[in-house]
Parts: sequence; C-alpha cells; structure tokens
Amino acid sequence: MEKTELIEKINSALAEEFEVEESIIKPEAPIKETLQLDSLSLVDLVALIENNFGVKIKGTEVSQIQTFGALYDFVYDRMAK
Amino acid sequence: MNRVVITGMGIYSCLGKTLDEVRDSLYNGKSGIIFDQERKDMGFRSALTAKMEEPDLKAELPRNQRVYMPEQAKYAYCATRDALKDAGLDQDYLNTHDVGLLYGNDSSTVPVVKAVDIMREKKDTTLCGSGAIFQSMNSTITMNLGCIFKLRGINLTVSGACASGSHAIGLGALLIRDGLQEMVVCGGAQEVNPYAVGSFDGIAAFSTRENDPTKASRPFDRDRDGLVPSGGAATVIIESYESALRRGAKIYGEVLGYGFSGNGDHISIPNVEGPSHSLEMAIRNAGISKEEIGYVNAHATSTHVGDANEAKAIYNVFGDQRVEVTSTKSQTGHEMWMAGASEVIYSMLMMKNDFIAANLNFENPDEDSAKLLIPDHRVSKHFDIFLSNSFGFGGTNSTLIVKNI
Repeated sequence: MEKTELIEKINSALAEEFEVEESIIKPEAPIKETLQLDSLSLVDLVALIENNFGVKIKGTEVSQIQTFGALYDFVYDRMAK
Repeated sequence: MNRVVITGMGIYSCLGKTLDEVRDSLYNGKSGIIFDQERKDMGFRSALTAKMEEPDLKAELPRNQRVYMPEQAKYAYCATRDALKDAGLDQDYLNTHDVGLLYGNDSSTVPVVKAVDIMREKKDTTLCGSGAIFQSMNSTITMNLGCIFKLRGINLTVSGACASGSHAIGLGALLIRDGLQEMVVCGGAQEVNPYAVGSFDGIAAFSTRENDPTKASRPFDRDRDGLVPSGGAATVIIESYESALRRGAKIYGEVLGYGFSGNGDHISIPNVEGPSHSLEMAIRNAGISKEEIGYVNAHATSTHVGDANEAKAIYNVFGDQRVEVTSTKSQTGHEMWMAGASEVIYSMLMMKNDFIAANLNFENPDEDSAKLLIPDHRVSKHFDIFLSNSFGFGGTNSTLIVKNI
C-alpha cells in the first residue's frame, strides 16, 4: 500500500471511531488532544490500528507516538517489514 | 421517620417510550411480544421476545460516555433522563444535592461474550477495547448513570434476580425514611438479546406458543406454558415528602410499605410461604389493613408453578376479599431485572387514570386462580392503594405498597 493511501485509510478509520471531523487530523497535530483521548480510550486507538492494519503497538511504543505523522510512519514502517 | 414519595417516572419498554404511550398501551391491552427468527436460527426452543429498539444516543452523549454502555444501560439512561425531567430536576440540582442511585440489574451478557470471543481468537486482551470491562460488570448501570448524571449519593446495583427493580425501590425508600438520603433515583433494567436468555430458554422456562405471540404470555390461565422474556428499563425518582414540598414537586404517590423474604428453598421453584411472608410484611410495614388495597399487581410470569403458588400466597393473605389481581406481564412479557420498577410505573399509571388493565389471555382459571378476582378485560375503577409483587430465582421476594397522592 502506498503511504498516501495508508494515511487516508488511517484518517478515515480514526475519524469514524473517535467521531471527529477528518479535516482536523493533520500530520503535525497531537493525537491525544485532537481525538480527545484519555488513558482508557488510548486502548481503542491501539485496537483500531491492530484490527484495521494488522500492526501491534506495544505499551512502551504508544507513549512515543505523539503526532499523527509519527503514527503514519510507525504503521507504514511496520507494514513494510 | 421520613415519608417517601414518588415524584418522577421514566420508562423505555415494549409498551412505549413515554408515560403517555405506556398508559395508552395498558388501556388498550396492547401486547409487546413478537416472534424473533434470529432466536430460532440460534436453536432456541422459543423465539418469543419483546419488540425493542436499542436507542441511538449519538446525538446526546459523547463517545467517551457511550463506549462504556451496554444495551441495558442505554435503556436505563433514557428512562432516567425522562424521570429526572418528569420530576423537574435539572443538572444544577443534581450538582448541588447528594442524590442516590439504586438500580436493579442482574446480567450483562453481550459484552462478556464479545470480550471472550476476542480473547480466544486473538490472544490479545487489548483488542477487547476500553469499554468491555465497564460494560461487562453487573454494576454497569449504576456506574454509567452515576457518572453521566453526576450523582453523588449512594451508588449501588441491586441484584436480586427478577425482584431486583422492586428491591431497589424498597431499599431506596428505607434510606430516605431513615434520613440517610433525601432523594434516590431507583429503577431496573433488563437487556433484550438472545445471548442473555439462551440458557434460560434451555431450561424450558419459556412459552413455545410461537404461532400466536400475543397469546403466549397468559398469567394465571389454565393453559399457560411458560414465560416470555422481555426487557427495557424503568426509573422512579423517590424523595422525602419534605423535599418534594420544598421543591414544589408534583407528587404521584407515597411508598407506604416494603416487604421482603427469602424462600430458603429450591433455586427455581418458588414456594407459597416465602411470598406470603413478603406480602404480610409489606402490609404491616405500610401500617394499613389489607382491605384498603384496591389493586394487586402480581408477579405472575405465566409459568405453571410460579403463578399457582403466587395465587395461593395472595389467597392466603387476602382470603375472600375481592380485590382485582392482574399481571401486566400478560402484555409485556417478563421484564425480569426491570420488572419490579416498571410494574410500579404501570400500576401508578392505572391508579392515576382510574382503570385496571386486562389480564390478557386469561381464558380459563385453574383451581388456584379461580379463587382470585382476575379481570380478563379492562376494569374502570378508582383505587388509592396498590400492592406490587416481584419474586426471583433463589427465592428472593419483594413487595411494595404505594398510595395515591
């Protein structure tokens, strides 16, 4: 999958699950604030990525993924491996 | 000792989603029972159930509140939202008073099934999602409603099988009487899905009169062959009389008495002594004579032994006193954890509108029901006190007595 296509799919899945406008999901935007995630709903982000893209984000890795851009890179790199 | 009054009611049931709809359904003898092909396809003995729609709360509650709510919590939210409004209570009031919450619930099946399926298939608990634990617990209703409405008094789920909703009101009344709470949101909720009742179907407790769903629930009738599972949620707001007066609240009625007992006997077969004791205790607790009771809302679920033994218990207590006895389950099916609360609302609506709904499908009495006055048609009658029975598995019994105000 091309990275631009992957980004579109991630954005679409996030917007639907967390009920936000897709237009506010930008590479530099902070994930937690944009999606209004707390420590509980962060679990749903991890589950969404694993269910939709087959990429598992470990607990120690979650805290390092702060922006959507970082998330795109993480998922793309893991899918490429 | 404080007097306890009912100042708000809300309901989400197969007879309607507003008090007016439910009143009309009771008045017109409408049945909420349907045949559900999905259950047949799943191997159920009986595909009969209540006709229910799960509310879509997307426009009302944010995702981070909805994600923790299973089906029955959504019903309970709707019933409670409407009851609070009916009682004239807004969020400002709830924010500045210690309002309690006692709600009957005794299962939450679907979230458990879903989570276990994921754990077995994926071997990864994270994939259960953030809502699963909160949806799965028996106290899911009280934890969700307490957070949504920001209630700061007692927060407790009452699990007393099919008497849960009734016990919730009775216990709430005791807290108010004793001055520990001024107001308590009470109720009962019941999930309506095949997984919740599959094992119940498996013990042959349900009516198999599938060719005529509206005739299947026939409490006290000679030819009854089992109950019909149902559900939804019902909420009543109870508070001290002084609180109601202070607020200038509309008062529906007064919770006069609460009686209870345990059979200490068989897990599923009710006896006569336990229910009789519950009725007698409620009458004693209410400080009235049984002759003052103008209507008895029976627990009767349309099972052979249950209805027969309740009829015996009612006859034990009332003797030859001719008081109308009906089971609204002839219209609703058995609302189980919700029933004790919803049947207080059904009885209240009848009391306020001077009628007693027909005990549907009561075509022929058996030897026990023949001793009672069970109208098979709607009766026009003014009455000022009703008694409502709720009994459950394990032999838990609850009886409430409510007076018109």
